[in-house]
Amino acid sequence: MTPPRRPAVVTGLRTPFARSGTIFRDVTAVQLARRVTQELLERTALDGREVSEVAFGQVVPSVLAPNVAREVSLLPQLPRTVPAFSVNRACASAGQAISYAADQITLGHADVVLAGGVESLSDIPILHSRRFSQILVDASKAKTLGQRLATFARVRPRDFIPVSPAIAEPSTGESMGQSAEKMAKENGITREAQDRLAMMSHHRAAAATASGRLQEEIAPWFGGRGMDQVATTDNIIRGDTSLEALAKLRPVFDKRYGSVTAGNASSLTDGAAVVLMMEEQKARSLGYRPLAVVRSYAVAAVDPGWQLLMGPAYAVPKALDRAGLAWKDIGLVEIHEAFASQVLSNAQAWASKEWAAKLGRSAPVGEVDWEITNVHGGSIAIGHPFGATGARLVTTLANEMSRRDVQFGLISICAQGGMGFAMILERV
Amino acid sequence: MTALTISRHGGTAVLTLDLPGEPVNKLNAAVKADFETALAELRGDAMVRALVIISGKPDTFIAGADIEEFTRLSTQEEFTRLSREGQEMLQRLDDFPKPVVCAIHGACLGGGFELALACDWRIATDHPKTQLGLPEVQLGLLPGAGGCQRLPLLIGLSAALGIIMPGKTESGSKAFRLGMVDELVPKSILLDTALKAADRLAGLVGAELQLRPLPARPPKTGLMGAIFDRTRPGRRFVYWKARKDTLAKTGGHYPAPLAALEAVRAGLEQGGPAGYAVEHRLFGELAATDVSRKLIGIFFATTALKKDDGLPPGVTAKPRAIERLGVIGSGFMGAGIAGTAVSSAGVDVRLKDTELSRIGKGLKAATDILSGRLKRRRITRFEFERLAALLSGGTDSASFARADLVIEAVFEDLEVKRAVLAETEAVTRPETIFATNTSTIPIAEIAAQASRPDRVLGMHFFSPVDRMPLLEIIPTGKTSPETIATAVHFGRRMGKTVIVVRDHPGFWVNRILMPYLNEAGYALAEGVPMEVLDRVMTRFGFPVGPVTLLDEVGLDVGAKAAGVMHAAFGDRLKPSPLIGRMLEDKRFGRKNGRGFYLYPKGKKAGPDETVYDLLGVRPLAPADTTIIEQRLVYSMLNEAAMAADEGVVRSPRDGDVGAIFGIGYPPFRGGPLRYIDDLGAAKVVEVLRDLERRHGSRFTPAPSLVGRAEQTVRFYP
Repeated sequence: MTPPRRPAVVTGLRTPFARSGTIFRDVTAVQLARRVTQELLERTALDGREVSEVAFGQVVPSVLAPNVAREVSLLPQLPRTVPAFSVNRACASAGQAISYAADQITLGHADVVLAGGVESLSDIPILHSRRFSQILVDASKAKTLGQRLATFARVRPRDFIPVSPAIAEPSTGESMGQSAEKMAKENGITREAQDRLAMMSHHRAAAATASGRLQEEIAPWFGGRGMDQVATTDNIIRGDTSLEALAKLRPVFDKRYGSVTAGNASSLTDGAAVVLMMEEQKARSLGYRPLAVVRSYAVAAVDPGWQLLMGPAYAVPKALDRAGLAWKDIGLVEIHEAFASQVLSNAQAWASKEWAAKLGRSAPVGEVDWEITNVHGGSIAIGHPFGATGARLVTTLANEMSRRDVQFGLISICAQGGMGFAMILERV
Repeated sequence: MTALTISRHGGTAVLTLDLPGEPVNKLNAAVKADFETALAELRGDAMVRALVIISGKPDTFIAGADIEEFTRLSTQEEFTRLSREGQEMLQRLDDFPKPVVCAIHGACLGGGFELALACDWRIATDHPKTQLGLPEVQLGLLPGAGGCQRLPLLIGLSAALGIIMPGKTESGSKAFRLGMVDELVPKSILLDTALKAADRLAGLVGAELQLRPLPARPPKTGLMGAIFDRTRPGRRFVYWKARKDTLAKTGGHYPAPLAALEAVRAGLEQGGPAGYAVEHRLFGELAATDVSRKLIGIFFATTALKKDDGLPPGVTAKPRAIERLGVIGSGFMGAGIAGTAVSSAGVDVRLKDTELSRIGKGLKAATDILSGRLKRRRITRFEFERLAALLSGGTDSASFARADLVIEAVFEDLEVKRAVLAETEAVTRPETIFATNTSTIPIAEIAAQASRPDRVLGMHFFSPVDRMPLLEIIPTGKTSPETIATAVHFGRRMGKTVIVVRDHPGFWVNRILMPYLNEAGYALAEGVPMEVLDRVMTRFGFPVGPVTLLDEVGLDVGAKAAGVMHAAFGDRLKPSPLIGRMLEDKRFGRKNGRGFYLYPKGKKAGPDETVYDLLGVRPLAPADTTIIEQRLVYSMLNEAAMAADEGVVRSPRDGDVGAIFGIGYPPFRGGPLRYIDDLGAAKVVEVLRDLERRHGSRFTPAPSLVGRAEQTVRFYP
């Protein structure tokens, strides 16, 4: 009997993650995504003809290249016949691309999928106001010079104020930071607890950079006019940060009573990450040793008007149930740190009896053990390119499971729109 | 008729040219006869109202005249008649009473383009294979079938000279912009568009068609064109300028561009008949010149080389496909190899080096080769993006696991190269070929400890790789035929002219170059001014003189090679001590801005007079430079004869092509071995003996050359 098809994580790679407007200032998301995928193909010496499909997550796509995945699949290392699509599940987009890959592999639709994500907040579409856009559209339709001049006569100075995409909920108008602030207050998460988590994130990421552990997952970026300014590390990490330094920062979203600061939230980040997914036997037949297989995943959503970033509190128990596992079976955890208050709120829910009762469970989901959680830091320190983070988490978790020989690992991601994403990997 | 077939599409007769047994169409006697027959038949056919001429070959319209036919003619009169008959035939096509449409896909060159010019309407495809132009001048000829007459009338004087005098070819889209063709269409609708055009033109019958003013569209030459092309003083200026620029470029060694200018001028200033007369007269004169014979000889040699698999006679092997290339060493050479491989062969290239910043610089240099092609519009922005994504680099060897060929361009050190070979063999597949890019180390020594010596050979590129057209491939005694064939085939994909040479110190090019450069060094040390040395050799026909060349190559590189050659060949190749003194003074040539010449702001200026102080001589220009020329040229001839007779090159053809493409040996002299044949070995030996008396034993004639002199044995039959 042939063994069941299992979707395996073969390897993953990312660009350095950089604060928006720094080293990737003049780089497009397409370039980031192509570069990291090209490097992954080179390092794995994978024959492009083996690739069945490409899926990439991106939250703020470029108007000029709205399907970034297709630009990746048109890399010269791949046949031009590899289909590709881009997906937006907000901050869980790369996670979504990876779970799609897992499904396609399980179903037997694909053997090899490149799944990843990218975000460039240095390369975002700046829009005209609705009114000004309408004028431009009308002008393009005008048949005579007179009509065209008449259309342009409607332009007012205020029309020139550009509109940039905001990180706010279209349904509530509430920004992500305001939500995090609300969660801190409603769940009683203190400023100190948030700062402590942020400090741990930075210190761990700095240590993993110093030891070279993170660089194993990073494709060097050849920047500068001479391409000789090579970036091999992330540039947001602050190894020298301290509770005192973090305490000095002023709250951003509620200046008087708030606790969410630039220090305990993730920054706007540019970067790309990609994971090579294969059917387990296929991987072995091509000579690769898979790091882990996808055991289960789950998505969930809450009312965005309530606590926006509580999705994982639902998604994680769902994924555990689907895997037939309990929290205590999990040996390593990667939680996306959008905001420290969000991470701590989710952790509180998982540990609480009330939350368990709300979910109809007899016991709490589980208590976060920080010794095995975000062991090399999280998004607060490393950065959070919306579309790419999921692929970073999968790569880091799979590599670390292999290093520590851990049987099961968990990923938890909160996403805009009140969504949550969780995935469980199993060591093979 | 064997080459032409006629098919009817309504009132239009389609003439399809498909020369049997040949990969491309050319205008030979048989094809011309077919055209005459077809035109005679269709002229009186009342059912036929128009003609379309099209090619039956996949990617050629007509590649030009059949040059082989030229070699059967010898006298000026014969060539003049050939040209006149070509003019007359195309005049009959031009005068044909029914409209003729020319549908062009693929190469439309020389006589092929002249035929197109004699048609009433030209349609070209926008395909990259479509190239139109008049390259005759590159063979020392001129467009002798009316091309010098019709093209200026069609696109204006300046634009026409821009094509004819350098012997240029243009893409379909450029040809359309210049007015060389009337329409530009995708290949899929070429015949359809031609049939429609034929129908349209057929509406203009008889006299109307004759009266239809040619050109169909006035040349789009703009205001400058109006001033320079359509006024007599303006044209006079254009002639003067073209002549001056050409002389500056050719040094007066090449008569063809000026003759073509003369033919154009006669037509425009004295009218059609005078122009045609001058055109066929000058064609005859040019074709009978030695220059043209030599250039045609080189044309045949390079054409033959393109088909040569590089294997010894009787041995056959199929080249393996190369899809992925590894390059070790991201310095100037490595980056040049990487960039050229991506840009010309479109292969996936991985650069490996020990430091990321070096790799970054290498990637930049390789990408710059692509950027250059983008700037010159050889590739589109999209092609650039695609090709650039084929380049990557890293410090790891993992990505070589799937490489088909790995070329190393690391430091010239035997142990380093051996280590690199061992490391590469450890990570690559058994069938991966390892090529070493060395100019001084014997390949067999590098391969001595290889675990797969049948997969090791030398690929000696010249710097800068993207611009230097030659590649020497050096098999060892153990290299397999398949490996040789694969390397030769890939070298050609990289756009190189490839010669396979023996694993002897200096291989071919550096071997014959070294005594020449040494001799320049001796002359310099005697006080012959550097600019005199350079001028003498550029006058001989070299693109740059020996001193400038040393600066370009780098004195450290030159000294290293000179040392190796000295060790291998003894005192005949003993370098002049001057380079040592230059190096002690940290003069490495152009690359560090300190060489023989001055390089303020990186640009070459005059001689650096302090060099003479360094050498302890006072520069004194000799009254007679003949002896200087002899010393330099004959040192090379002597070494070339010796190396050729040692079997360093597989044939005199390879040797001459190597000298021309590798060191810019004057093409109109046919190469050093051809030159020896022309001078006669006896004469060469005599001059060498004389030089030997004056300058010592380094000029002792090679024994094999003396043998050739005694028995009058030529290199070429």
